[in-house]
Amino acid sequence: MMAAALRELATDLCSSQALRAEFGADHSAAEARWQRLAELGLFGVLAPPDAGGMGLADADFVLLAEEAGRAALPEPLVEQAALAVPLLVELASEPAAAQLLPRLASGEARVAVAHEQNPYASVPPALTHWLLCCTDALILAGAEEVEAIPGRSVDAGRRLAEPRLRPARGRRLADGDGARAAARRLLNRGAVHTAARCLGVAERLLELASAYAKERVQFGRPIGANQAIKHHLASVAVKLEFARAVVYAAVTRVDGDDARTLAAVSHAKLAASAAADLAARTAIQVHGAMGYSWEVDLHFYMKHAWALGGSWGDHNFHARRLQSLLCGGALTLGPDQTFARSAQRDVR
Amino acid sequence: MALNLQFTPEQRRFRTEVREWMGAHVPKMPLKTLESEAGFAQHRQWERTLASGNWGMITWPREFGGRGANLIDWLIFEEEYYRAAAPLRVNQNGIFLLGPTLMEFGTPAQKARYLPQMAAGEEIWAQAWSEPQSGSDLAALRATAVREGDSYVLRGHKIWSSRAAFADWAFGIFRTDPSAERHRGLSFILVPLRHPGVRVRGIRQIHGEPGFAEIFFEDARVPLDHRLGEEGAGWQIAMATAGFERGLMLRSPARFQMAAQRLVQLWRRCADAADPALVGAVAQAWMDAEAYALNTYRTASRLMAGGTIGVEASLNKIFWSELDLDLHRTAMALLGARAELLPRGDASETDDWLEGFIFSLAGPIYAGTNEIQRNLIAERLLGLPRAQG
Repeated sequence: MMAAALRELATDLCSSQALRAEFGADHSAAEARWQRLAELGLFGVLAPPDAGGMGLADADFVLLAEEAGRAALPEPLVEQAALAVPLLVELASEPAAAQLLPRLASGEARVAVAHEQNPYASVPPALTHWLLCCTDALILAGAEEVEAIPGRSVDAGRRLAEPRLRPARGRRLADGDGARAAARRLLNRGAVHTAARCLGVAERLLELASAYAKERVQFGRPIGANQAIKHHLASVAVKLEFARAVVYAAVTRVDGDDARTLAAVSHAKLAASAAADLAARTAIQVHGAMGYSWEVDLHFYMKHAWALGGSWGDHNFHARRLQSLLCGGALTLGPDQTFARSAQRDVR
Repeated sequence: MALNLQFTPEQRRFRTEVREWMGAHVPKMPLKTLESEAGFAQHRQWERTLASGNWGMITWPREFGGRGANLIDWLIFEEEYYRAAAPLRVNQNGIFLLGPTLMEFGTPAQKARYLPQMAAGEEIWAQAWSEPQSGSDLAALRATAVREGDSYVLRGHKIWSSRAAFADWAFGIFRTDPSAERHRGLSFILVPLRHPGVRVRGIRQIHGEPGFAEIFFEDARVPLDHRLGEEGAGWQIAMATAGFERGLMLRSPARFQMAAQRLVQLWRRCADAADPALVGAVAQAWMDAEAYALNTYRTASRLMAGGTIGVEASLNKIFWSELDLDLHRTAMALLGARAELLPRGDASETDDWLEGFIFSLAGPIYAGTNEIQRNLIAERLLGLPRAQG
C-alpha cells in the first residue's frame, strides 16, 4: 500500500529527466524530493506514533526500500528512516536522542550515518546531523561539529562524505558494549535494507533489458526472440527470485545478535547485490552499444547497483564474515535450523 | 511476505515424532543404489516399511493412504527424513508426479485403485514419455493407442524412463488420434510393465547401472479405463504433471541443506591443502541451499493461502539443479586426487561424493532441460517473443 504510493511518487521524483539532471551535476531537485518523501510520512515509518511516526516494522519498511532501489532514489531514505530512527528509538532514554527523534521522523532534521562498514556516508540535502558509529561509542553531532570530506560517486545522485569529528565535539549516546551492540543492529538494518534496494534496482534493470529485447529488431525479428538473449535474461530472473526470500527472511531478525542472524544478514546482502550485479551486466549486454551510451538511461541504474554493492558491508566484509561463521563452527548447520533463533550473542 | 516462521507446538511435536520414528527405522547401513536390481528391491522394501508407519505420502488424504498433512508438515517431514539419511524414494515418479495428477484428473475409481497401492509402496511407477525422436520436443511423440473394442492397443517405443527397468507400472502419453498432430490428439494412459506386449530393456547409465530403460509397446492391450482424463486431453494433463515435477515436491530443500552441511565438513577436513578460493564456493553452496529452503517455505505459504505455481516452477528447477551441480563440483575439487576413487564399500564411506556428482550432472537435463526452462521463463515471465520459423 505504502509501497505502491512510493512507486507512484517515484515515477515523478526519479523520472528520466530528474535522474539525468543529477548526472548532469544538477542537484537542485534534491531538496524538493526530500520534502515530498517527508510529506508521504516515509521518514517516520519506523518511529513510534508519539514521535510522529507510524510505528511499523522493518518487514514493512523493506518493501519501501525495494521501491527506492527500483527508482534509483538518490537520497538516503534508508539511512534516515530505517537506521537512524530505530537507533534513536532504542536510545530514547538519552535526552538528545529523544529530542531529535521526532525531527528525524518528520524529515525536518537530516542525518548522515557513518559506520566502519559504511565509511562513505550518503548525505541528505541540507544536512543537520551526523550519527557516528565509532569503535567504542555512538556519537550524535551537529553538522558543524564534523569535518566532512566530500566524495563524488559514479552514482551521481549519491552525495558522499567521510566524517572527521572535531575534537571534543558531539554527544555520546552510548559507549562500550552498549554502543557496539547498537552499532551491530544498525549494521544489520543497513545491510538488509540496502539489500532490498538492490532487489529493486535489479528488477528495474531486468525490466529495461526485457523491454529493449522486445523492441529492438535485427535480422527481421526482435532480438528477444533469440535464445541467447532469452537465456541471459532468464538467468537474471532466477538469481533475483532466489534473493528475495533471503532478504524477506533476514529482515525479520535484524534485532538479533546470534550467529544465524549475522549469517542471514550477510547472505541477504551478498545474494541481493549479486543479483543486481548480474542484472546490470546483463542489461548492458542486451542493450548493445546503446547500453554503453550516456544518452540512454540504463547507466543510471547500473551505477546505482554498483554503488549499493559496496555499502553497508561490501562483498569482502560479508563474504568473509559468512565464511568465518560457516567454517569456524559458530553456526549450527542443518535443515531444521533454517528459522532457528537464539536470544544470546554467540559470536565474538 | 515477511518470512518469519515460528513452528507451532504441534509442528514441533510432529518433528519429534518423525525424528524418533526415523531414528528407530532407517537402516543403519546405506542401501545399495536404487538404480541396481538388488538396490531397487531394498528400496521397495523401505517403501513398505514407511507405509507401515503411515509415512508413505503424508500430504495425501487419509482415504488414499496419507495423513492429510499440509505443506509445512511436508517440509518438516522432509527435513527429518534427510537428517536421518533415509533411503531415496524409489516410487518418486508415482508419489510426486502421478499421484497429484490422479488426484486432479482421475475418476473416483481410479484414485481408489491406484493411490493406496502407491502410498503403500506396493506398486512402483515409471514415467513413459520420451521417445528416441522426442525428448524436449515431447509433442513430436509417435507412440499410438488405438481403440479396439473395450481396449487400447499400444504401439511404440519409449526411452529414458527412469527406474522403469524394475518398476511395476508406467504412466505414458500416447497418440489416440492419428490424424491429429503435435500436442493434439494425445492421451494419458496407465500401463502395467509386466504385461503381454510390453517389453522393458534396461539402459546402462554412466555410473554403470540400468538407471533407466526403454519400453517397447508391441500391440499391448489395456482396458479403456486405464486412460486418465479425457481422450485427447493428454497434453494438458502432462503439462500439469510437469508443473508438479518442477514445483514443490520433487526436490526438497533439506536434501541440499544436508549436502551443503557435508560440504562444509569436507572443507574443514581439507582446508589446509585446499585452494583458499574454494571457501567462497563452499559458502555459496550453503547460501544457495538456504535460499532454496527459504523460497520453498515462501511458496508453500503462498500455496496454502490459495495461490498457484506457474512459471515459478521453471525458476525453481533451474535453481536446485544448478546448485546441486555446483555443490558437487566443489566437493570434487576439494577431494582432489581422491575424487576419482570408487567407494571401497566399507562402512566409513558415508559421503559418496562421486555418486552425488554423477547424479547432479543429470539435474539440468531431466524434468525439462534447463535450456527449455530458460526459454519458458523468458517467454512466460518476461514476455519475450517465441522463436519464429
